[in-house]
Amino acid sequence: MKQGLFQIIENTRLTASVYRMRLVGDTSHITRPGQFVNVKLDGFYLRRPISVCDCQGDTLTLVYKVVGKGTEAMSKMTEGTLDILTGLGNGYDLSLSGDKPLLLGGGVGVPPLYLLAKELIGEGKDVTVILGFNTKDEIFYEEEFKEIGAKVLVATADGSYGVKGFVTDAMKDLSYTHFYTCGPEPMLRAVSKATVTSGQLSFEERMGCGFGACMGCSCKTLTGNKRICKEGPVMKKEEIIWEK
Amino acid sequence: MGEMKVTLCGIEMDNPIIPASGTFGYGYEFAELYDINCLGSFSFKGTTKDPRFGNPTPRIAECSAGMINAVGLQNPGVEKVISEELPRLKQCFHKPVMANVSGFSVEDYAYTCRMLDKEEQVGWLEVNVSCPNVHGGGMSFGTSPEAAATVTRAVKAVTKKPVIIKLSPNVTDIVSIAKACEEAGADGISLINTLLGMRIDLRTKKPVIANKMGGFSGSAIFPVAVRMVYQVAHAVGIPVVGMGGVTTAEDVIEMMLAGATAVEVGAANLVDPYACRDIVRDLPAVMEKYGIKSLSEIIGMA
Repeated sequence: MKQGLFQIIENTRLTASVYRMRLVGDTSHITRPGQFVNVKLDGFYLRRPISVCDCQGDTLTLVYKVVGKGTEAMSKMTEGTLDILTGLGNGYDLSLSGDKPLLLGGGVGVPPLYLLAKELIGEGKDVTVILGFNTKDEIFYEEEFKEIGAKVLVATADGSYGVKGFVTDAMKDLSYTHFYTCGPEPMLRAVSKATVTSGQLSFEERMGCGFGACMGCSCKTLTGNKRICKEGPVMKKEEIIWEK
Repeated sequence: MGEMKVTLCGIEMDNPIIPASGTFGYGYEFAELYDINCLGSFSFKGTTKDPRFGNPTPRIAECSAGMINAVGLQNPGVEKVISEELPRLKQCFHKPVMANVSGFSVEDYAYTCRMLDKEEQVGWLEVNVSCPNVHGGGMSFGTSPEAAATVTRAVKAVTKKPVIIKLSPNVTDIVSIAKACEEAGADGISLINTLLGMRIDLRTKKPVIANKMGGFSGSAIFPVAVRMVYQVAHAVGIPVVGMGGVTTAEDVIEMMLAGATAVEVGAANLVDPYACRDIVRDLPAVMEKYGIKSLSEIIGMA
């Protein structure tokens, strides 16, 4: 973990509620795709945990959804600096991918899969990405994934674009060696059930500190209690306890 | 440079700064960031007789100038704290540590304190009779003078280490409870634990926190804490450890003027992991600004 000041160089609206912010600063503690950063915003007590979408040199890309007052304030920033804690969470383990990994992202769970896809493709893997959204207007990053050489399938719940249904409807005939996913919990549960290989799932929880001090985001797993922010957010399929 | 040393229940501290229980884990996360030996001490995560997972999530809600938590005393249990956490802590912290203890019965408190009494690293026992996030324990012992005194006596009987009773602000008359603890033999009082609070999500129309209510902390509660520290410090003859919303070196001085011998810093650590290091760093300049030569001289001056 490292605390640093990042200069905002871009803040672009991608859809009605999803924005992309690019910042420049010390990214040396961001070591794996699937990690997150914790952003301090003026006028808000707690930091905002946001997944790393891309990290290239000293440029950090965050793609985030406006879900409350904090992210709304963030969406209006066009310049200035932000106090950010970087290098949080365990991130995805690339060594387990096999030759043909499958990546499944739902809504604002899509961003962390971008850096993951880029790194897997860099290692010569045959990467397929399934992006799931509610409707056509909410789709983002389809082209960005194609540009880096991933095979891309899009599913929309209302059928307005691509495969009608959920990401699990788009994966039916695919063969793959391992899966990586991020999205809302019902989707993670469905993906876990529908997949036939081992895989890694990234979870979300309301956090206090984001670096393991407060025990605000704990969960039970088959390998013991874990903090989503510290031993997570990425968990292995085999260790997850699905409650209820 | 001004003198920052204070003596808390017979143990000298380099400075009065103590990260509060539950906001500093067992210290390692912070030791990765800075040398935590710059602190006066720290109060480790609330420890109980048996391991506890705590409450369901969400456990955290944001507020204006603060936060609510309902963690519910998640900890590995006193045996593991002694066999695993304390040896690890020894690698990165070389001063007496404050052991924070909670329980669900008088026997629980006594058992856990007896175990921790044997640990050389432990300087003080901070006995939490004020956790708002567990049922049938914690705060229920801190809301009546009789129950708080019973816990105090039970703990004093099993340890020679100084016993500091941590009180809840969620009471009508905190002074009577503090006095009852003093009469029962407490060596010090720490306060305040969190204020019972609640947030409701307008979209779901339900409480944000799974446990519905939780403990409100952060800079918003500072004036309440100063008031209660002042009231208690003027009513008892034993040292008081002040906490509640402390964020800056100025807050530390204000808390000491109210009557605190040492000062705990809680929620601020979660927002800024360097908060305590920065307070220790800033204290000499702030002391000089206000003409303070020695921190121990200003205790209760207000």
